[in-house]
Amino acid sequence: MCTQTTNCANSLVPRSPALLFETNSKTMMDVLSPLISLGRTSISALQELGRMGIFFAVAVRQIFVRPWEFGLILQQLRFVGARSVIVIAVAGAFVGMVVALQFYDVLVRFGSVSLLGSAVGWSLVRELGPVITALIVIGRAGSATCAEIGIMRTDNQIDALECMAVDPYRYLIFPRLVAFLIAVPLLTAVFNVVGIFGGWFVSVAVFRVSQGAYFQSMADTVLLNDLVMGIVKSVVFSVLIAWICTGKGFLMHLNQGMVFGAEGVSRATTDAVVAASISVLFADYIVSAIML
Amino acid sequence: MPSKSAQEDDTVVLNAEGLSSAYGDRGVLHDVSLSVAKGEIFVIMGASGSGKTTLLRHLIGLSMPSSGEVTLLGKRLSTINKDELYELRKHIGVAFQGGALINSMSVIENVELPLRQHTALDNSTIRIMSRMKLDMMSLDDAENLMPAQLSGGMLKRAGLARAVVMDPHLLFFDEPSAGLDPVTSAELDELIIGLRNALRMTVVVVTHELESALKIADRIMVLDEGRIVALGTVDEITQSADPRVQSMLHRQVRARRPGDEAYLDHLTETDEP
Repeated sequence: MCTQTTNCANSLVPRSPALLFETNSKTMMDVLSPLISLGRTSISALQELGRMGIFFAVAVRQIFVRPWEFGLILQQLRFVGARSVIVIAVAGAFVGMVVALQFYDVLVRFGSVSLLGSAVGWSLVRELGPVITALIVIGRAGSATCAEIGIMRTDNQIDALECMAVDPYRYLIFPRLVAFLIAVPLLTAVFNVVGIFGGWFVSVAVFRVSQGAYFQSMADTVLLNDLVMGIVKSVVFSVLIAWICTGKGFLMHLNQGMVFGAEGVSRATTDAVVAASISVLFADYIVSAIML
Repeated sequence: MPSKSAQEDDTVVLNAEGLSSAYGDRGVLHDVSLSVAKGEIFVIMGASGSGKTTLLRHLIGLSMPSSGEVTLLGKRLSTINKDELYELRKHIGVAFQGGALINSMSVIENVELPLRQHTALDNSTIRIMSRMKLDMMSLDDAENLMPAQLSGGMLKRAGLARAVVMDPHLLFFDEPSAGLDPVTSAELDELIIGLRNALRMTVVVVTHELESALKIADRIMVLDEGRIVALGTVDEITQSADPRVQSMLHRQVRARRPGDEAYLDHLTETDEP
C-alpha cells in the first residue's frame, strides 16, 4: 500500500496481472503484455461468438412461434429484394461482359471460342453469381439492416418492444431472416440471367461468335449439379448475411468497450460488413470443396 | 423468499426487496427496497448516475439485479418465464425518456402497435382507441407524422400515449421533464396526474427534476450513489434533516471533499502498470 504521496507507483502494481507471478518488475510486464492482450482478445472473441450463436438459435426458433409477421416479411422483402434488383442487374451485366471478354481472349488462342458460352455460364452459375450478389446485398441491405437495428437498440426502441410484450426476435429479427433467405437466391438468379446476356452481348454482338454455339455449349456443360451448387451457396450466404448483420446490430450494447450512440452504431455496422463479407468468401470455399 | 410486505395484499402493486446491482466491479445499487401502493404516484429521484435508471430497468424486468427480488403485480420476476413476463407486461406501460418510438412507423402506428399485437380488435376500433389516447396527449394533429418529425416534448407524449393505450394498471415514466422547456414539462406533469385520477393508474416516475417531483408525487424516494437517502411523503422529504436531501432541495453544489491524500493519489494516478 502507498503510505506516502511521494512514491505511489508501487501501489498500482497489485492491480496488474503480474501479481500472479509474484513480481513487480517492469521487464516481466513487458514480456507478458502481448500474452495478456492475446488472452483478452481470444476471450472476447469467444464471448462474441457465443452471444452470436445464442442469438441465431433464438432467432431460428421463431419459426415455431405464431403469428408470423407476414406484413413485415413483405416489407423487408421489398427492401432487401425488390429495391436491389437494379443494382444486381447492372452488376450482373458488367460481370457477364467482362467474363466473356477475358475468356474470349484466352479461348481465341486455342481456337475454341465456341466454348465461350460454357465458360461464362459455368463461372457465373457456380461462383460469381452467388458471391458477387452476396457482397452487393451486404453492402446495400446488410449494412442498412445492421445500422437500423443498432439505432433501435441505442434509442431504447428494442427495450420498448420488450416492454410492450412484443418479442423483438419475432418482430424484428425473424422477418429479416426470412426476407434475406428468400431474396438472396432470387437476386442471384437475376444476376446470373442478366450476366449470361451480358456475356452474350460481348460474345455474339461484339466478337461475332455464333449465337447457337454460345447457348448450346452452355446448355451442354452447365448441368443441374452446377445450378444446385449455386443455389446452395446463395442460401448459405443469405443466412450468414442475415445472421451477422442483424446480430451485430441487435447485440451492439454488449460490444467490447461498451460504445453507444452514433459511434457504436457505425462500429457495429463496419464490423458486420467486414465479418459478413469474410464469412461469405470462407463459406464459398467450404461449399465448393464439399460439393465439387 | 419470505416477504414482509405481503404479496397477498392487493393494494401493493410493486414491491422490491434488497436490490443490488453492479456493472463489473462498480456497484450501482446497494440494497434498495421499495413498495408502491395501488393508485399512488411514486417518484424516484436522484442525480445523474445515482442508479435510478438501473433501478427502473430492474423494476420492469429488462435486466435482473445481482441480488434481491422484484414483485410486480403479485408476480416475482426472478421465478417467472418469458411467456409469463410478457403476459405481465401487457398490464404495465413504460414511457421511455426519448419516447423510443419505432422510427419506421408513424405516430399512430406506434400507438396502435400494442393493440394490434395483443388484441383481436378490428382496425377501426384500434384506430379509435389510439386516437383517443393521442387526443388526450394533444397530439391529434400529429398522428400521421413520423417520429423524426416530432419535437422532444411531442416524442415523450407520443411515447406516453403508446404506454397507456392498453390501459395498464401500472405506468412507468422515465424522466418526463428531462430536456423540456418549463411549460411543456408542466403540461406533462398535469398529464401524469390526470392519468392517475382519470384511469386510476399507479404511476412510477423516475426524474431528477425537483419541482416536477414535488408537484406530482404522493411519495418520493431519493437515491444517491445507489443507496436510498430518504423515502417518504412530499412533506416528509421537504422536512428531512438529511444533508444530501437538503442540498438537493436547495440546489446546493454537493461538497465532494475526499481526504487530501486520496485526492493526491487520484491526481498522480497513471494507467501504466
